[in-house]
Amino acid sequence: MSTMPSPPEEELASVVVVDYGLGNLRSVTRGLERAGAAVEIADDPEAFEAADGVVLPGVGAFREGVENADSIREDLAAIAERGQPLFGICLGMQMLLTSSEEGETDGDAAVEGLDLIPGTNVRFDSGQKVPHMGWNELAVEREHPLVEGIDGQYAYFVHSYYAVPDAANATVASTDYEQEFPSIIANEDGTVFGTQFHPEKSGETGLRILRNFVDICAED
Amino acid sequence: MLTKRIIPCIDVDLDEDGNPAVYTGVHFEDLKYTGDPVEMAKAYNESGADEFVFLDITASAEGRETMLDVVSRVADEVFIPLTVGGGIRTTEDIKETLRAGADKVSITTGALERPELVNEGARAFGSQCIVISVDAQRRYDEAGENYVEIDGESCWFECTKKGGREGTGVDVVEWAREVESRGAGELFVNSIDRDGTKDGYDIPLTSAVCEAVDTPVIASSGCGGPEHMHEVFTEADADAGLAASIFHFDEYSVGDVKDYLDERDVPVRQ
Repeated sequence: MSTMPSPPEEELASVVVVDYGLGNLRSVTRGLERAGAAVEIADDPEAFEAADGVVLPGVGAFREGVENADSIREDLAAIAERGQPLFGICLGMQMLLTSSEEGETDGDAAVEGLDLIPGTNVRFDSGQKVPHMGWNELAVEREHPLVEGIDGQYAYFVHSYYAVPDAANATVASTDYEQEFPSIIANEDGTVFGTQFHPEKSGETGLRILRNFVDICAED
Repeated sequence: MLTKRIIPCIDVDLDEDGNPAVYTGVHFEDLKYTGDPVEMAKAYNESGADEFVFLDITASAEGRETMLDVVSRVADEVFIPLTVGGGIRTTEDIKETLRAGADKVSITTGALERPELVNEGARAFGSQCIVISVDAQRRYDEAGENYVEIDGESCWFECTKKGGREGTGVDVVEWAREVESRGAGELFVNSIDRDGTKDGYDIPLTSAVCEAVDTPVIASSGCGGPEHMHEVFTEADADAGLAASIFHFDEYSVGDVKDYLDERDVPVRQ
């Protein structure tokens, strides 16, 4: 294995990491910095609008994540409407969908996702070891600037639910855990996307993805 | 396909000048100095380690501060998962450790003394970051609940404290089931009998735990070479193999172990 890329000489794009009170933002911030971003951790709409791109991180449960982000729901939707790059990671990716089996899907207790990529999150079959934890392979299914140079590489996953987008072409990359599931997804115009795995914990492959993201932000 | 993980373990203590240093030992004793933790983490990362485990063996407030500083420095440099253990007794300890940059915490005694800590940690930070570690020791008496045959003798495994110096009467297999039901996301299985011996992992122990739970299991203690990793993956179905001294003393690189496994069709990240 080769050494980690050193940080670029100058900052290539500005990125906001959304702080909605969940999880440790340190690794994702350091990873983005290593990839050449100037990172701000923020929760206000002005900061989102001023940035070249926005990252929605997250670990934990769907209901808690969606409830914590409820006050900025419209602001996150506005990012997508403006066509600014919006990158969900792990739970942050799951929140981009419409619903999850992890929360209730109908009735008064229904937990609504952001619905920026129509679809739902479902649980792995019983009988499988859950969580799916460890390094697994990425098979690129279609072109997207985020997946440049990563086909066949390994990424680090920790999750019990996975995304099932309504549109077949929303799957950018898939991964095999006794069944194929979408491990990178994107919306129709490609500006809203997410990874089920943690790029900030996926070594060189993860840094490559973060660098691809920074390049996407720099172009817009 | 999900790969088997190879995890170097780094025991961190303070040297004579109060600086962090890596030590390795036999049967949890006779520690030998082997190097600087941050440099070691970087080198392991480059040789293909899938994660790291850092154990704070200083057991002092001063050591704890130093450890958190080491964790931050490693987390800022190396972008793979990092588990930190040693002296974690409260949710505040968990929070502090995660905030310093650890992805998971490994808890041993803290969970045996107050099992609710597992529930509290899983609720507050998610199961994915709660690793419960056991220091198992073979017992040939009749006090256990789950017995296996080893060389014609009937044996159970007891959870010990203080690196094997104190028994608890708790059966490892029962404890594994209990911590899983309380929300543990992963189990880290050490063997006091095999620690530092290089005779191979305790296969009956690892198998018994893997069969009892659906949670991922990290096998630890006794690894003397790639053949032992192969054995614990194929005979006990462990999800990850942890080793310390074979890597510290450059007997094998992580890459050597992975090549050996790959040649024998065990899936690894290359």
